[in-house]
Amino acid sequence: MTTATPQRPTLTSKASNYLDERTSISTMVSMLGRKIFPDHWSFMLGEVALYSFVVILLSGTFLTFFFEPSMAEVHYEGSYVPLKGIEMSAAYASALDISFDIRGGLLMRQIHHWAALLFVAAIGLHMLRVFFTGAFRKPRELNWVIGFILFILAMAEGFTGYSLPDDLLSGNGLAIINGMIKGIPIVGTWISYLLFGGHFPGHDIVPRLFVLHIMLLPAILIVMIGLHMVLMVVNKHTQFAGPGRTNDNVVGVPVMPMFAAKAGSFFFIVFGVIALISATFTINPIWNYGPYDPSPVSAGTQPDWYIGFADGALRLAPGLESEILGLTLSWNILLPMAVLGLFIVLVMFYPFIEAWITGDKREHHIAERPRNNPTRTAIGAAGVWFYAIMWAAASSDLIATHFHLNVFQVTWALQAMLVLGPFLVFWLTKRIAIGLQKKDREILLHGYESGNIRRLPGGAYIEVHEPVGEYESWRLKSFEAYEPVMVRPNEQGRITAGVRARAALTRWFFEDRIAPVTRGELEAAKHDDH
Amino acid sequence: MSADQSAHQESHEVVVHDRGAAIVQSDAFENPGLPPHRPRQTDLHPEKADRAERTVVWWFIASMLGAVIAIAAYIMVPIEQGDMASVRFNNLFLGLGIALSLLGIGLGGMHWARQLMSDHELVEERHLTRGSEPNRTRAVEIFKLGDEESGFSRRSLIRNTLIGAVALMPLPAVVLFRDLAPAGNAVDVLTHTMWKAGSRLALDPSGTPIKADDVTIGSAFHVIPAELAEMTHDEGYLDQKALASVLLVRLPLDRLNEQPDRAGWSYDGIVAYSKICTHVGCPVALYEQQTHHLLCPCHQSTFDVTNHAKVVFGPAKRPLPQLPITVDDEGYLVAQHDFTEPIGPSFFERLHYVDEEKHIPLSSAETETRA
Amino acid sequence: MAARKKTGRRHPLASAALLIIGLVAAGGASVAVGSVANAEPAPAAHTQATAAEGEALFRANCASCHGIDAEGTPNGVSLIGVGAASVDFQVMTGRMPMAFQGPQALQRDPQFTQEQSDAMGAYIASLAPGPAVPSEEQLDTSVVDEEGVANGAELFRINCAMCHNVAGAGGALTEGKFAPHLRDIDAAHIYEAMLTGPQNMPVFNDQNISPDEKREIIAYLHYLDENPSVGGFDLGSLGPVSEGLFIWIFGLGGIVAVTVWLTSKPN
Repeated sequence: MTTATPQRPTLTSKASNYLDERTSISTMVSMLGRKIFPDHWSFMLGEVALYSFVVILLSGTFLTFFFEPSMAEVHYEGSYVPLKGIEMSAAYASALDISFDIRGGLLMRQIHHWAALLFVAAIGLHMLRVFFTGAFRKPRELNWVIGFILFILAMAEGFTGYSLPDDLLSGNGLAIINGMIKGIPIVGTWISYLLFGGHFPGHDIVPRLFVLHIMLLPAILIVMIGLHMVLMVVNKHTQFAGPGRTNDNVVGVPVMPMFAAKAGSFFFIVFGVIALISATFTINPIWNYGPYDPSPVSAGTQPDWYIGFADGALRLAPGLESEILGLTLSWNILLPMAVLGLFIVLVMFYPFIEAWITGDKREHHIAERPRNNPTRTAIGAAGVWFYAIMWAAASSDLIATHFHLNVFQVTWALQAMLVLGPFLVFWLTKRIAIGLQKKDREILLHGYESGNIRRLPGGAYIEVHEPVGEYESWRLKSFEAYEPVMVRPNEQGRITAGVRARAALTRWFFEDRIAPVTRGELEAAKHDDH
Repeated sequence: MSADQSAHQESHEVVVHDRGAAIVQSDAFENPGLPPHRPRQTDLHPEKADRAERTVVWWFIASMLGAVIAIAAYIMVPIEQGDMASVRFNNLFLGLGIALSLLGIGLGGMHWARQLMSDHELVEERHLTRGSEPNRTRAVEIFKLGDEESGFSRRSLIRNTLIGAVALMPLPAVVLFRDLAPAGNAVDVLTHTMWKAGSRLALDPSGTPIKADDVTIGSAFHVIPAELAEMTHDEGYLDQKALASVLLVRLPLDRLNEQPDRAGWSYDGIVAYSKICTHVGCPVALYEQQTHHLLCPCHQSTFDVTNHAKVVFGPAKRPLPQLPITVDDEGYLVAQHDFTEPIGPSFFERLHYVDEEKHIPLSSAETETRA
Repeated sequence: MAARKKTGRRHPLASAALLIIGLVAAGGASVAVGSVANAEPAPAAHTQATAAEGEALFRANCASCHGIDAEGTPNGVSLIGVGAASVDFQVMTGRMPMAFQGPQALQRDPQFTQEQSDAMGAYIASLAPGPAVPSEEQLDTSVVDEEGVANGAELFRINCAMCHNVAGAGGALTEGKFAPHLRDIDAAHIYEAMLTGPQNMPVFNDQNISPDEKREIIAYLHYLDENPSVGGFDLGSLGPVSEGLFIWIFGLGGIVAVTVWLTSKPN
């Protein structure tokens, strides 16, 4: 206790020293320990996805201890009465045992499944945030692609997992997949034959999907998540424009302790919410569906939400097939597959497309407000609409029964909305974004409506407009301004098609634009107001 | 150290990227800089900070309680064999306990961070993502050295044969996948079903054979070949069922709009069609006895049973294949022979597997009128 | 005490938690009560009602659509030979008289008493033989053992689930028609529906599904009524669509609300 004697090293310091002398961990701590993270609610969506994934790994591991990935025949002798004595696969029987005969088994199944739905939903929302704020721009294009691959992997994980219990619902899902594969020209029949090990459903598909579901896909997913996070650290997080926040800095809280505390606590909150939902709401009651049998089917046979868009595309496709030279081409399958493929490719490569159009090679670390890039926002909204209509189409039958409509008419209406809607939504969104920008200008130049009504000596009433404070106004006036590029000949004096196309596209992108307010304009406006 | 730092900074300053369509704004506003820090109530009033501390502690205690509740629920609300309520309560209380133990930590920690940890905003500078100039130069040098020391470019024969070897090396892995399915042709498993001449139409799943008299107008029978009912799963019961499932209905003769040359395929108004959708293979089983429409619940393809199950709505293109039926000496419904075309979804080689001898194609007028 | 007061200030979450606890409690209560809900006695097969009384009721209430002698008109099918079972089903589920012309007759409160319905049934049965109202013995599900319930469930999946959904939640048919839900339906009405094939439902005669099997199917449906989902609230048993909507709106929605709270700066 006296200062004179050298202090005895504490246990913590001894442990730290031990670790550092073997791992150089202090280097890492000094590099990352006070790294700054900006604080905004929409920056936590990726964390929701990450934490749901951790929950999925934990609950999934528990499930593998009891699940039997086998399609061998068993007679169910568990405790669910309406299935007693029924012939079923060992996979389905073990999934029932997890649900009915293992304490906490049902909870883990429900946690696993709810977390999976949340995982994909959080990825989706996170991607929308990144898209609409332009956070995919240089230097983050590659991380967008990695994130997109994660989204696809998440769907693949979801689908393989959904099929494992070998119940009637998932079996019909596999039947649909089988039918789609068969529709692929030349190789389709063979892929189906190899995948199912001969006949459909066969005895192989569940163990095969199991290996993909618990080993191959999670391994790739974990590697990709690692890459995603490393790149995020390297690029540093984007931030919204604000006083003191520039393209050259990051303003926020340090990892130690604030960010770590918040992120750590948030993990427990996400896990807790999933546990709460799983304790109180049923998900995928496989016991209702019964074992897979190719003859029965249930009304309302749908995939989990994230596959819905593909199922909806199949429902909306026209009934076309052609027979050429004795060979069958199933356009009713190929067309939706091509449309989905194109949609996915466009979304995945959008950052490169936009970068090529703008020709802007600088780094961008300020997350744009969606209104400040009206054309991109409108493209995104049209894409969301397109996706949403396909998604809605997957529940066309439920829409019909719940709103007392004719399911045929619902389908026709959705077809029309799928084809025409995106154009309307594009136009509308662009107008709304530009309108909001105009409103920002208005507020900057003439102040905000204070709510104070004053009577003038002449008897007229006016509402007093108050100027916006310096700090508050910054985000209204600081955004990138673009304008269409001119068609200019290159060094050889030629105008290439590429140059023309780029010029036309920049015109499309930036023709209607609202420029940020300048100091001169604000001065002039002040003079007018007084 | 400092020299390195300045070199680092300098290298970033010289890089100027093309702005593209972005314009340089003249007369733009200046960033006003970080606003002054606003202290929280807990920063200003120690008693409020103390209260916040107690709240955090209570949350952590709630978490401990949750863990105890979860363990107690595990032991005290066990699952009793066959008692569904016990499963429900086990799930509920175990889940609520676990949720409380998790949320207690989460909410307590969050409260701690928000109310008590320093919330001063800090600033960190960004640099261009690209490596520093010396590093980039060094990286190029390293690759050059690697090339020179290995002779990768110089000894082009080594390089080219290596590329060839690496390109061929994975091919055995592709070949290895052939035995995912047994030897034979992929299409063989699609072309024949269990139905053969004289197979009795039987009820799914019991296998009770059906007499023509049993099939009254308006009824719908879900049918399998009688022999199928004897099979076990391990013998391929489901595989055969996926091919052979049939729906059997009797129509009033005045509603049956048969193509004359196919009239022999039905028996006294009784018709049998494959239950497997020609779109992607869901069971088409929703039979409406007044409209005589068959609806697929997966993608809403609708087939008109009065007109040889032609498509009247939805993404399917082809009518459902018809099973030719008749009755045997004892009055039981039997198949005349197998389906004359592959059942289920279309596939590339499908037309090659239509039984030319027995198949009676539908006239295009029959198949192509859509509602 | 002070800490308790502090807890009160955290109202957004506290109220959400309270709401959830309330919901859970309510769910538990309904679980406890739900099992005694459907003990309604089956309608008696034999009543004193006479065909003559039924004829009068028929003339006054049904003949405008079904014809003066039940021979049918363009507005209503012939009832010759449909049997008393059909009358009992249609009248006692309120489907007949039809409230309005539409894709299909909708279920509502019955417009006649059981006696009046039986009288009309007797009249219709007197015109031509047809399926009779099932006897109490035919509807007595207490004789169905566990194996029977399992068999009923399998028959239900094969013959009924494609329209009515595996959990009896109902489903869509073509052009605005739908298969109704089968929760808490009177045993006699389920039996009669199978026997007579009301509207677009196919007929399941005794050769297709035997009387014993019909009773097993009813026993399975009663099992579903009496045993609410073990996993908690069932979200209407509609399958992945309602689950997807739930996770987006309440799951992710709730978590987004939390993120807004935790990134906000406290006072």
